[in-house]
Amino acid sequence: MLKKDTYDVVIIGSGPGGLAAAVAAKEEGAEDVLVIERDTELGGILLQCIHNGFGAEVFNEDLPGPSYAQRYIDETLELGVEFLLDTIVLEVTPDRKIFASSKLHGFVEITARAIVLAMGCRERTRAMIQIPGMRPAGVYTAGTAQRFVNIEGKMPGEKVVILGSGDIGLIMARRLTFEGAKVERVCEILPYLSGLTRNYVQCLQDFDIPLQFRHTVKFIYGKNRVEAVEIAEVDDKWQYIPGTEELIPCDTLLLSVGLIPENELSRQAGVELDPITGGPYVDESRQTNVPGIFAAGNVVHVYDLADWVTWAGLDAGKGAAKYAKAIRAKEMELIPVIAGKNVHHVIPQAINKRSLEDEEIELQLRVLKPIEERTIIEVHDGKNQITRKLERYVRPGEMNTIVLKPRHFADVEKASNITVEVNPR
Amino acid sequence: MQEKYDYIVIGAGVVGSIIARTLSRYEGRILLIEKEADICMGTTAANTAIVHAGYDPLPNTLKARMNVKGNAMWDTLAGELNFPFERRGDFVVAVGDEEFPELETLMTFAKKNGVPGCQILPGHEVRRREKNITPDVSGAVWASTGGICDPFQATVAAAENAVMNGVEVKLNTAFEEFIMDGDRIIGIKTNQGDFLSRWVVNCAGLYSDFVMHQAGVRPEFKIRPRKGEYFVFDRADVQIDNVLFPVPTDKGKGILVTTTVHGNTILGPNAEIIDDKNDTSTTTSGMDEIWAGANKLVPSLSKKHVIATFAGLRPMGNGPCKTPGVDYNKDFIVEIPEKVRGFVNLGGIESPGLASSPAIAQEVIDLLKDAGEEMKVKKDWDPIRPSRPRFREMSQKDRKLLVEMDPSYGRVICRCENVTEGEIIAEIHAPIPATNYDAIKRRTWLGTGRCQGGFDTPRVVEILSKELGVSPLEITKRGKGSKFLFRPTKKVEN
Repeated sequence: MLKKDTYDVVIIGSGPGGLAAAVAAKEEGAEDVLVIERDTELGGILLQCIHNGFGAEVFNEDLPGPSYAQRYIDETLELGVEFLLDTIVLEVTPDRKIFASSKLHGFVEITARAIVLAMGCRERTRAMIQIPGMRPAGVYTAGTAQRFVNIEGKMPGEKVVILGSGDIGLIMARRLTFEGAKVERVCEILPYLSGLTRNYVQCLQDFDIPLQFRHTVKFIYGKNRVEAVEIAEVDDKWQYIPGTEELIPCDTLLLSVGLIPENELSRQAGVELDPITGGPYVDESRQTNVPGIFAAGNVVHVYDLADWVTWAGLDAGKGAAKYAKAIRAKEMELIPVIAGKNVHHVIPQAINKRSLEDEEIELQLRVLKPIEERTIIEVHDGKNQITRKLERYVRPGEMNTIVLKPRHFADVEKASNITVEVNPR
Repeated sequence: MQEKYDYIVIGAGVVGSIIARTLSRYEGRILLIEKEADICMGTTAANTAIVHAGYDPLPNTLKARMNVKGNAMWDTLAGELNFPFERRGDFVVAVGDEEFPELETLMTFAKKNGVPGCQILPGHEVRRREKNITPDVSGAVWASTGGICDPFQATVAAAENAVMNGVEVKLNTAFEEFIMDGDRIIGIKTNQGDFLSRWVVNCAGLYSDFVMHQAGVRPEFKIRPRKGEYFVFDRADVQIDNVLFPVPTDKGKGILVTTTVHGNTILGPNAEIIDDKNDTSTTTSGMDEIWAGANKLVPSLSKKHVIATFAGLRPMGNGPCKTPGVDYNKDFIVEIPEKVRGFVNLGGIESPGLASSPAIAQEVIDLLKDAGEEMKVKKDWDPIRPSRPRFREMSQKDRKLLVEMDPSYGRVICRCENVTEGEIIAEIHAPIPATNYDAIKRRTWLGTGRCQGGFDTPRVVEILSKELGVSPLEITKRGKGSKFLFRPTKKVEN
């Protein structure tokens, strides 16, 4: 049961972002920190990610998802963070009241001095990409299938076609193969990979699972259970190319067609969302437009590595604790960070100039189009370059970063906005 | 020993369920059979959910009479059965000056059909009432009696109330043929055995032609399914507060933009005549057609906010109908045929069948009386089907009280629509038990939100498995042949 009804920092979600935020909030001096998790255990989606590939950045180790989560779970427990498990937050108000509900703990009302939104993201569905055809059992998002296999220990299919080359789809191609299912095909409508290259190599190439770019599912067959899918090649405008249709008999279609930040609670709280990312506008401390409400991880924009989410959580937890203790700099001088040429979006969308006086600010970006040669990521103020970074290549499936350092403060101070753009060298 | 009934109703869509419920008011033993694993699986499961005002059917048809009479019965029906129904009124929108004269035609129909509360509004007034409408609107017929409802809940509530009043329901029970004694029907053969009955009511919807042909009635009548496809929007992103029809064409009432009782805007349907009664697929061409049609009324819609697509089949008849002089497929059949005794025959109950259903049920009672049935009212008939708690619709204060009373209402299983474990368990043990995923979805609205069941499906499978006492591997989406899971994963060898 809850010890009190008012907390310094309340964190919604216990994935990598939420757990890191809890640790950082405690370390920054917040006295009472509460994490609310809707599942029955801590760790969020990491718990069903039993493959390795976590921790290279944070721990310099290669860990499976649950082990990665456990590191932070242990730390939060040591620091005396409180938890409500099996509890879903129903509403967050702009003045930071939280209504939550639980079979174990009943109906809960809490007031928080600061809140960290760490709800993660959800998967895009069949309807969002409007795949025509019947609506039988056997069409799953890759993450739902992953839960069935890794948490419930049940196989959702035997003959599988996967649409989309997102990371969870690639991981599930391998996982289902391990379990004796046959993955017939992976189709990707884009001419390049949506997920990480390492996942393509380790999950498809190593198991001889064919991947077709510029291909999509044209029709789903089957009244009660999937019986087949028709796939087809598409042109540059994503129109089917006649004559390229192929019928693939299968019992399951998995969708790995993108993730969307989960922000239904944020909206209720009055948090303004960026239509490009689907997540809140945040500054470098991960504060949203609503004072005292912070957001971190996939709820802000979708990351390709959990390690990044952890770092975002650390920033948000620190910001929230400072706010709760009311030592946060009251005078903010926010300037917008603009996504320039070949940049899909940049996080944070605005920075407080003054922060740069004594700390680094990392800008995270996704490119619009891949560039498979030496590339320059540049930050400028509209006229003059502030800093630049060289990359061997850039790909939409892999996030890039560029760091502003205190030595850039003089340049940034003069600017009314800053722009990030990516060009071949 | 064969079971003997006074009335067997074939088909548990909205028409069959409301007829069974209406019959349950009178003395007699009643059986409602449904070939699917749940009630409400055919036409009633996929339509526009509108209780039409009645200005659309051709004047002097049975359809016109049933529509107007049925529409007026919905307040009582929804009040007694406790399902969502809102009399919001609807607009038939004329775009451009060339469509404006169509509104006069509709007003003539409205007058002839006896539809109350219709008037023509000028374009600027329509824009004032619905800000999202196209600036090209030249006017609209406003019908104040138009309504919207939840057809699933209406059907479930009617069937449950029928069960409360003694009606037996048999699911997974498919009609095969009649048992005859000369020219009198005395029972039916089904895949679950034979059942004797003094009367059989044909409410088989898409298969009503098959049923009547088995009785030797109207061999020339054929159902020609008319497929309609739909888009559903996320209510957080798109909020159209009204029911907007285009002016009708030969193909039907056209592609609407309408709100629903759940707050989601929906678009559709198109109208494609098909042959296969199982073909509820959405198509690229259909979706393009809907999009074009809907954009004509509301140009600001974005496909980005679509959260579901579906298609339904309307059981349109090729004729002939009951009304002399009326074209083929423009009317309903509701009759006791002369050449077969013991048979109440319905056919071609397509739109506005939902709106008409309570009137059709009353019509069936009147026909039975005319045929000499006494129709003695039961003293203990209870018209009230109590509602069950719906967490998503409650205030935080009421939620708190509910969770204190029963903690299982505290565990949210569907995060988008806020459906709780308590609600799911209640449906599994309801008078007509929900025993598969779609049955729970239709009753609770679970899985209909933006994640489309991605989050709740494994959890619902688990709850169904526990409550029904079967393995998760046995749980289905919608009955036979639609299992979610195939086998356990490999065992770890030590």
